[in-house]
Order: sequence, then structure tokens, then C-alpha cells
Amino acid sequence: MYTEKVMDHFKNPRNMGEIPDADGVGTVGNPVCGDMMTIYIKVKDNRIEDIKFKTFGCGAAVATSSMVTEIAQGKTLEEAMKITRASVAESLGGLPPVKMHCSNLAADALHAAIEDYNKRQKEVKK
Amino acid sequence: MDHNAGKPVDPRVTEAMLPYMSTYYGNPSSLYTFSQESRNALEEARAKVVELINAEKKDSIIFTSGATESNNLAVKGLANRYKDRGTRILTSAVEHMSVVNPCKYLSTKGFEIVFLPVDQYGFLNLESLEKELTDKTVLVTIVYANGEIGTIEPIKEISQIVHGKNAYLHVDATVANGQIPIDVKNEGIDLLTLSSNDMYGPKGVGALYIKEGTRLEPLLHGGGQERGLRSGTENVPGIVGFGKAAEIARKEMRSESERLIKLRDRLIKGLLEPIPYSYLNGHPTKRLPNNVSVRYSFIEGESMLLSLDLMGVAASSGSACTAKTLEPSHVLLATGLKHEEAHGSLMFSLGRQNTEEEADYVVSLMPGIVKRLRAMSPLTPKELNM
Repeated sequence: MYTEKVMDHFKNPRNMGEIPDADGVGTVGNPVCGDMMTIYIKVKDNRIEDIKFKTFGCGAAVATSSMVTEIAQGKTLEEAMKITRASVAESLGGLPPVKMHCSNLAADALHAAIEDYNKRQKEVKK
Repeated sequence: MDHNAGKPVDPRVTEAMLPYMSTYYGNPSSLYTFSQESRNALEEARAKVVELINAEKKDSIIFTSGATESNNLAVKGLANRYKDRGTRILTSAVEHMSVVNPCKYLSTKGFEIVFLPVDQYGFLNLESLEKELTDKTVLVTIVYANGEIGTIEPIKEISQIVHGKNAYLHVDATVANGQIPIDVKNEGIDLLTLSSNDMYGPKGVGALYIKEGTRLEPLLHGGGQERGLRSGTENVPGIVGFGKAAEIARKEMRSESERLIKLRDRLIKGLLEPIPYSYLNGHPTKRLPNNVSVRYSFIEGESMLLSLDLMGVAASSGSACTAKTLEPSHVLLATGLKHEEAHGSLMFSLGRQNTEEEADYVVSLMPGIVKRLRAMSPLTPKELNM
């Protein structure tokens, strides 16, 4: 059902955990739907210096979270905003159709974390 | 340990079936002597199924293509036959989809369907059955024992209530049959669904018990086989296998269910005791000998299944993510579980091949799997990850 890449990320998730002093945090989904993920980012000179995730959900939810952190690491915020659900799924060698909608939320969580960072920056400037 | 999804065919069953593939291939409806061998084999198999459920007469059993067809024939066949008497049908919130969907179909054809509630264990609420059972009710269809949580319904009590109002009772015994004794006469059952594969017979065969005097409209019209209720040349090898499986189940049920109950309770204890925030789904004792259904807070079922699969263990889950639909199991939700609790459910259906060593192996794996997934989950309370 899942590609080898998905199973690899499920078995050995990259960047799993929390960043206690994160610059931005994004949470999407909810436990009622069966998938929920939180992404933490640390930003330096407009680049994602550190990124971590925590996920409640199925194998695809874990694997997409892990994959999105790997892709986003070191990218500028503008580049990271361009990462899409489709590109995450593609990097994993594809996902079963039923998972494309429900469990492929990692890119959304990343974008939410960046938006949270931008919002915090604006508040600091005020 | 996912025997509800599929069971191996017992080698004794395979052996019984083989001669009916190429040696005795005659059509049971033909007149000549050669075909009589097929006819005799068919009737012998019927007698064995009759014996298993203590039916009154041999011709009260109709062979079908499986439990889905039997459930469809019972529900739609009875509803259509008696629609002049009433169009109200009662069922429960914990039925298999092959009962749920025929009922939903009938609701688009002018029938009124009521899904009766169950309690936290999955037992049918008998008060609401009495309340909803009006003079217009023609059929009550209830599962004998649920495959997901294993709860065994009080069929005899249900039957007394249903017959008190002159309605018919259909019971879906797909998962229960062959595991626990069923007596259609003593329990007062009008229609009973049986499946061959659930008793270690071949897939693609089932039966419907029809009490004398209960009339149905057929689903399939054709050559008039099976008393006109199920046209189409009989699947002789499959039916012979089903008969053999029924014979073996009847002889070995007592010893096998004692063994499975011990194994089940060992597994349940081992899956719950060492792990905090873990719970049993269904009833502790009034459950099928082979059913283990547990849930763990803060984590999701499919990731548990994948983790078990990596260690060579097959199980199933109540989570949406393993199914084609996105909703978690309607059975678990009907027992009052929240969506996130249903998502965290894990089910094992044990079978003849499973051993104590295998149960202990699963028990040894589970704490590590739960710990790893909880460490990953944003829902886990901090103190649990210490």
C-alpha cells in the first residue's frame, strides 16, 4: 500500500520532536479526523535553521511530516512557502489516493508555522 | 491475528472438495446417475449445516454466495415479500455493512428503517426495541455477535420481544457461527445468515436458514434452484467444503473455544496491564472467544498496524485511515467512544493456528510500539514521555 520511502520515513522519522523556544509553531488537523500535526521552526537570516514535528495519525501522516521537515530544512521562508502537498507526496514516491486528502497536511502545517513566525515578527516591530 | 478478514481453508475441507472439481462435475439438476453424485453431495452438506444450528428440516437451508448475499436476501427478500403488512424495519447501530446498506437501500424505496442504540458494551438496548416495535414492523435484523468488539447479543430475549409483536427476526451469525453454539429452534430465529469462510471453509459460499413458513422474494431469478429462492447452478465443490467445515466446527467447537478464550484473555491482560491509558472495547466475558479489541489514548490505529506489520503481526483497527471511508468504525462510535478514541483502537481476531507463544510475542511488542508513537504524538501528556 505504501512506497518504500513512506515506510522508511515512518520507521525512521527525521526531525521528530519539539523546539521549546521555536520562532514559529503551526498546528493543523484535529484528533477527531484522525490526523493532527504540529511543526516547530527556528529562523535565522530568513532561513529555516531548525525544524521539528510532532504527529498523531496514520503512516502517511507521519511520513509526510518527516519528509516536509527534510525538504524545508535550510530553505528561505519564501522557498518553504512554495512547498506543496503534491510536492511532498511526490518526494515520497506517491501516496494512496485516499491519503492524499486526509493525511497529507504536512505542507499546510509548515505554512502555518511560517505564518505564525511572520505574525510574531510584526508584533515585535510594533 | 486478523482471522475475521480471512481464514485458511482447513486441509480436511480441501480434501473433501477436490473430487467435486473434475471427477464429480455433474450438474445437480441433471437427471442421469452421474449427476446424482453431485446432488447427493449437496444434500449431505445441507444436512451438516442443519445439524450445526439445530434447524428443524433439511430444506430450511438455502446456499448462497456468502454472508453478504444471505444478508441481502434476508433483509430485502423479507421486506419485499411482506410490504403489504408493514414497511417498518428495525436494526441496530452495530451491524455489518451488508445489513446496513440493504437497509439504507430499502429506505429509498419507501421503507422506514430505525437503527436502535446499543450500550457501552455494544448490547442492544431492549427498551428501545420494545418502544420502536410497532404493529407496522415486519422485520428486526440483529447481529448475533459483532466482529469488531465481539459482543454477543441476547438473541433469545430479543426473539421473545420481536415475536410478541408478530414481526420476523433475522440474525446475522457470520462471525459467531462455528465459534459458539447456535440453536435456531431454542433461540427462536426466523432467518439466520451463515458464512463458510468464517468456519475455515472456502470463500464464496454461505447459507441462509429460513424457518418453515417464512416467505421471501428471491434476489436472483432463473432456473429455480434452491427452492426457487436462489437460482443458478449450485457451487458444488464450495458447498461440499462448507458442509465439511460445519461438521468439523460442530465436533471441535467446545475444545477450540475453551482454548481460544484462554488465549484471548491472556492477550487482553498482556495488552492492557503494562500500558497506561489503555482500555478494552466490548464486554469482558460476553464476547466471542476469538475477539480482542483494545484502545490506546493519544495514538492512531493505522500507525500501530504498520508497526505490528513490520514485526510480522497482522491485526486490524477501528480507524478511518485503514478503510475506504474517512469515518472511524460506526460500531465503536455506537458504543459511545469519541472519534479520537475509536481512531486509537486495535483488534485481533484469533484463529486455530494462533498459539500462546504468538500471543506473548504480540504482548512483548506492544509497549515499545505505543511508547514510540506516543513520543511522536502532540496529544500525549508530557509526563508520559518522561
